[in-house]
Amino acid sequence: MTANKSEALGTFVIAPSELGSLISALREDGYEVIGPKLADGAIVHEPLESADDLPVGYDDEQEGGTYRVAKNGANTYFDYVVGPHSWKRYLFPPDQQLCQMRRQGKTFRLIETKQEIPRYAFFGVRSCDLHAMQVQDKVFDNGEFADPGYMERRKAAFVVVVNCLRPAATCFCASMDTGPRATGGYDLALTELASKGRHEFLVEVGSSRGEEIFAKVSGRPATEADQSAPETASAKAANAMKREMVPDVQALLKRNLEHRRWDDVAKRCLTCANCTLVCPTCFCTTVEDYTDLTGSTAERRRRWDSCFTMDFSYVHGGSVRRETYARYRQWMTHKLSSWFDQFDVSGCVGCGRCITWCPVGIDITEEARAIRDSEGSR
Amino acid sequence: MNDPMTPSPFRVERVRKELSDTFTLDLVPADGKRDFPFLPGQFNMLYAFGVGEVPISISGDPSKPDTIVHTTRVVGAVTRAMRNLGVGHTIGVRGPYGTAWPVEEMQGADVVIVTGGIGLAPLRPAIYSILENRSAFGNVSILYGARTPEDILYRKELEKWRGMFDMQVDVTVDYATGRWAGKVGVVTKLIQRGGFHPQDSIALICGPEIMMKFAVQALQDRGVTDDRIYVSMERNMKCGIGFCGHCQLGGDFVCRDGPVFRFDTLADKFAISEL
Repeated sequence: MTANKSEALGTFVIAPSELGSLISALREDGYEVIGPKLADGAIVHEPLESADDLPVGYDDEQEGGTYRVAKNGANTYFDYVVGPHSWKRYLFPPDQQLCQMRRQGKTFRLIETKQEIPRYAFFGVRSCDLHAMQVQDKVFDNGEFADPGYMERRKAAFVVVVNCLRPAATCFCASMDTGPRATGGYDLALTELASKGRHEFLVEVGSSRGEEIFAKVSGRPATEADQSAPETASAKAANAMKREMVPDVQALLKRNLEHRRWDDVAKRCLTCANCTLVCPTCFCTTVEDYTDLTGSTAERRRRWDSCFTMDFSYVHGGSVRRETYARYRQWMTHKLSSWFDQFDVSGCVGCGRCITWCPVGIDITEEARAIRDSEGSR
Repeated sequence: MNDPMTPSPFRVERVRKELSDTFTLDLVPADGKRDFPFLPGQFNMLYAFGVGEVPISISGDPSKPDTIVHTTRVVGAVTRAMRNLGVGHTIGVRGPYGTAWPVEEMQGADVVIVTGGIGLAPLRPAIYSILENRSAFGNVSILYGARTPEDILYRKELEKWRGMFDMQVDVTVDYATGRWAGKVGVVTKLIQRGGFHPQDSIALICGPEIMMKFAVQALQDRGVTDDRIYVSMERNMKCGIGFCGHCQLGGDFVCRDGPVFRFDTLADKFAISEL
């Protein structure tokens, strides 16, 4: 796990060409570098071989139910914000083998399998997504039980943050206190400095591991003026944010579990589960069983699941949440309210993906506001 | 690090047919004798080879932890596969998980056990614990409802307990069949007439959710307060350890925060449909 320090171990300035040195240094150290790539019209997280794989000069336009990536003609690397992928697909894979068994007559026994723990370097983690990782850290080590696979992948992972300089229209991290600037929990943090002909990166070193890797990159110590750049830029990005979560939403939803707005949103919600799949903190899973054709070996696989499916709450006799209103309410109240009861933290980090990728553009901030406003008029 | 999602192989030692759709398995560890301590009310995740895993309450005697006993009703693919197991077959076990009936706290109090159908199975370990130390408890009543006389679970034991003169066992059925001359009606009616002192009583309830709802109301009407009523909840579970998210009930994970809840901690959520 990365050091949780708000004070950088050092601040440097590097040229854009040094991003390649950074990626090489990580690869030479044995990390599999995962970072932003343009694929199928979206910015996704894929393995990077060099800085040439990074999309240069792209912007994203996001709104409820809308996502477009467009060339903006600039030479900048990180103008876009978050796409459909979050890093959880690497730390908490969508489909994972739990165990394998072999039958011998009436009995069966476990087949020992050794799973290699990948060493990932996540390149270009935004502050909201870094907070999402910290949220999932609490989920997968609940004090009594821990998911060893998650814990080991997370511990091995190297995190290179990129501070956001502009928000998408669907972003609301400022109101969730999760961004736009990362203040700790990373190994290295990059801020792209591009204005008036200047193009450089400010690098904040956040851990000794980050220090070791950064030693292989050439840069110069940052001046005082350079050092204030991330704060200035992030304040600007926060001010430009169009959406925000209403305050005290945890208590608001707790006292409005029965509210006409749930019926209203149920008329729009398709229960398609997109929001849960793009959400960087959603952790629900199901377990599926497989056997080979002869029935002699069996396998259990854990797969991402969604509280929007009818099967999710099935107990013999029927599902607990039969109606759409109940399933949307479960998702939204879990994110914003009951997550605090469970993990002492919000389950929403304000990344806005659930708004962008909702096919009908349901906006979690708007749903919360509607319930808040109805209270005002009581 | 051990993966808590990996089942341990257990050997089926004994199979008993209880009712037309209900059976009991006695299990011991496949890798040799070792105790499996548990608390009354806790459950295990039981895995049938290649078919799947389901949460099943432990229904044996906590003072005999060398064997784990599970009584199961056939309701789906996994429980059907489990019914087809015989002596010597292997079954996967993870557990024990979840909260327990408040057996310690019940000492000195009257105990009212209200249960229906297979809901008697998760309560049997609590009954065994009471019998083990009978004089530590006040009046003990078991109020049990079954669909028909043929659906009365652990009938021989109920008859034995009734014959012990130190506990009341009252049984009712929804539909009388054959020569049944006992009570007909819902189990909540037994609460209205039950011979217990409401102020001194602690009530344990396990059954279908709708039955528990009316049982709570009947107990409240008799003057039993919510902090002296305990219910055992049932939800879909894929892991039993707070990871899969399926069993959530508001902020509670039924697998870890339950299945046994003190009713005053649940009352708000219990009242909201489809939560």
